[in-house]
Amino acid sequence: MSNSGPQSSILLEVEHLKKYFPIEKGLLKTVVGQIKAVDDVSFVIHRNETLGLVGESGSGKTTLGRSIIRAIEPTAGKVMFYPKDGAPIDVRTLDKRGLKVFWRSAQLVFQNPYSSLDPRKTVLQIVSEPLILHNIAHGDELVARVKHLMNLVGLEVQHMNRYPHAFSGGQRQRIGIARALALNPELIIADEPVSALDVSIQAQILNLLQDLRRELNLSFLFISHGLNVIKHVSHRVAVMYVGQLIEMAPAGELFANPRHPYTEALLSAVPKPDPDLRMQRITLQGEVASPANPPSGCYFHPRCRYAQARCQSESPAWQEIAPAHFVACHRAHELELLGIPVGG
Amino acid sequence: MDNASILSVRNLRTYFTLDEGTLKAVDGVDFDIPPRKTLGMIGESGCGKSVTAYSIMRTVLPPGKLVAGTIDFQRANGELTDLATLDPFGATIRAIRGKEIAMIFQEPIASLSPVHTIGEQMMEMVLLHRTKNKREAKEIVLDMLAKVGLPNPTQHFGEYPHQLSGGMCQRCMIAQALTCHPSVLIADEPTTALDVTVQAQIIELIRSLQDEFGMAVLYITHDLGVIAEVADAVAVMYLGRIVEYAATRTIFKRPLHPYTQRLLKAIPTLTTPAGGRLENIKGNVPVPLDPPAACGFYSRCLLAQDGLCNTSVPPLVEVEPGHKVRCFLVPAGEGVS
Repeated sequence: MSNSGPQSSILLEVEHLKKYFPIEKGLLKTVVGQIKAVDDVSFVIHRNETLGLVGESGSGKTTLGRSIIRAIEPTAGKVMFYPKDGAPIDVRTLDKRGLKVFWRSAQLVFQNPYSSLDPRKTVLQIVSEPLILHNIAHGDELVARVKHLMNLVGLEVQHMNRYPHAFSGGQRQRIGIARALALNPELIIADEPVSALDVSIQAQILNLLQDLRRELNLSFLFISHGLNVIKHVSHRVAVMYVGQLIEMAPAGELFANPRHPYTEALLSAVPKPDPDLRMQRITLQGEVASPANPPSGCYFHPRCRYAQARCQSESPAWQEIAPAHFVACHRAHELELLGIPVGG
Repeated sequence: MDNASILSVRNLRTYFTLDEGTLKAVDGVDFDIPPRKTLGMIGESGCGKSVTAYSIMRTVLPPGKLVAGTIDFQRANGELTDLATLDPFGATIRAIRGKEIAMIFQEPIASLSPVHTIGEQMMEMVLLHRTKNKREAKEIVLDMLAKVGLPNPTQHFGEYPHQLSGGMCQRCMIAQALTCHPSVLIADEPTTALDVTVQAQIIELIRSLQDEFGMAVLYITHDLGVIAEVADAVAVMYLGRIVEYAATRTIFKRPLHPYTQRLLKAIPTLTTPAGGRLENIKGNVPVPLDPPAACGFYSRCLLAQDGLCNTSVPPLVEVEPGHKVRCFLVPAGEGVS
């Protein structure tokens, strides 16, 4: 995808978002520590833009996605949503009713199409549920809208009364997408939407999501651990490590010219489907740091091959190193990191 | 049998007899693996990759049954044994399974016993196959855990799988599989559940151990990137059959079967310029329940010809040295590209 998404208007603005989970111990549930699942994350999503969010498991991607729309309550921070029509919404201050209205504009698509659909409901019931809950359509109009949505995501309308078990993984993911689209949202948070699918089916769903983005003028926060998928769909990409963003840049720039050692290592770890490209791999030692007990200074320093004394004591600042290219690394200016040659 | 091969599979068929009919999970599979080499086996879920592996290990459970074929295995003592003829509960296969042919599985946490410590379950294998001396067995296990790069083996020896991360469990399972220095290692999606950085560590590990011990590896995965990295030769499976078989470079540079071609185009990669549409494969993988006598890919193939592709099963033909393709349209002409 080209990086020419309209940059003029901002749809979502996240500032210093934090989500800490308490670690409780004993019968009295004394709080003995905090798991900093999301730790001071800021970014924006523009209209009709896909922001890709990558990171290893446990880095806080899912928690971030859910905290934004308050599917789980964030600990601190600010989330502003600027709908196409109407006043800006300060998501953190919404009451229960306000939140329900806001959720029409921001929807989730889940990873596992086998567990995210109620097995005892038909497709009609699943897709129409948000329309009924938000009191939007009834009777014939409801059925008509469900049919329209099913057409939109490429499902056969005559399968409307079937149950999820009658569908394959790819088709179920289409049902989940139809449900998310039912309320005409402007933002979709897609949490690993293709990870549970076979490669030939992944391509179908990725194409569908891109078509929908263009046709319905949607914005996506696309969460995935698959860098190839992220690269394919995203305008900009943010890399997350132990609850923090460590790099964010336009997709082409990030892959060709990473400025954080962690991004470099991630890129080199992805197996390339080309036997001629068996490049020298940077194998990261050790495990992802625990967000309950993160290392001092830069969280990545114990695994970083460029780490210096300063990295152990000081946590790096989030700086704009090139236009629209943000990175949190002390040595970002001096390091010559290896990216992926594009178009090779 | 190819004399150079350590494992030679011919016409392997494993069927599952169900109420609905016969599910032909593996329907005539042939391949050879020479020592020190890696055969990559790719395909989508439900194409028979794992059942092939279980058939070799002779651990297919009812209603599944190995109905035909030979699995010639060159044993360490010099004998050539056809595993397909062995009693799956007999002494011979039990001496081979785990010791000479080892397997690592996809879900490391699910494949380890949750109620035994890492040390206990690894010792079991060593005590069965290598030594009766417990102290010696413990040394072997600790040594192996260190070799697979598990940090602090003495501590983890007494821990349970839930106390370890996914990558650490996978290392333990690999260590367990390798303690008896098998001559064949079957790796069934060993890195699918892991993050890319951990995956890279595990791939490096298997490769270095292969150099050290000279194992032949059957590497099963649906990740084409991993295959490009690890395999010497590749077998592409579809609906219980191998549809294309060639050296790794050939598969990626000059795929001939329409399925392989589509599959390669369907994956987004880091090197291709971003954007545009992915070429997907229409429809889903069918279920091989009483499959008709037709090319398995017929229903999804863009090039399928009625009256040809849906009348019989195409044979696996060697179209050029070392490159076999199961497609009616390939030997005929250059039309497929």
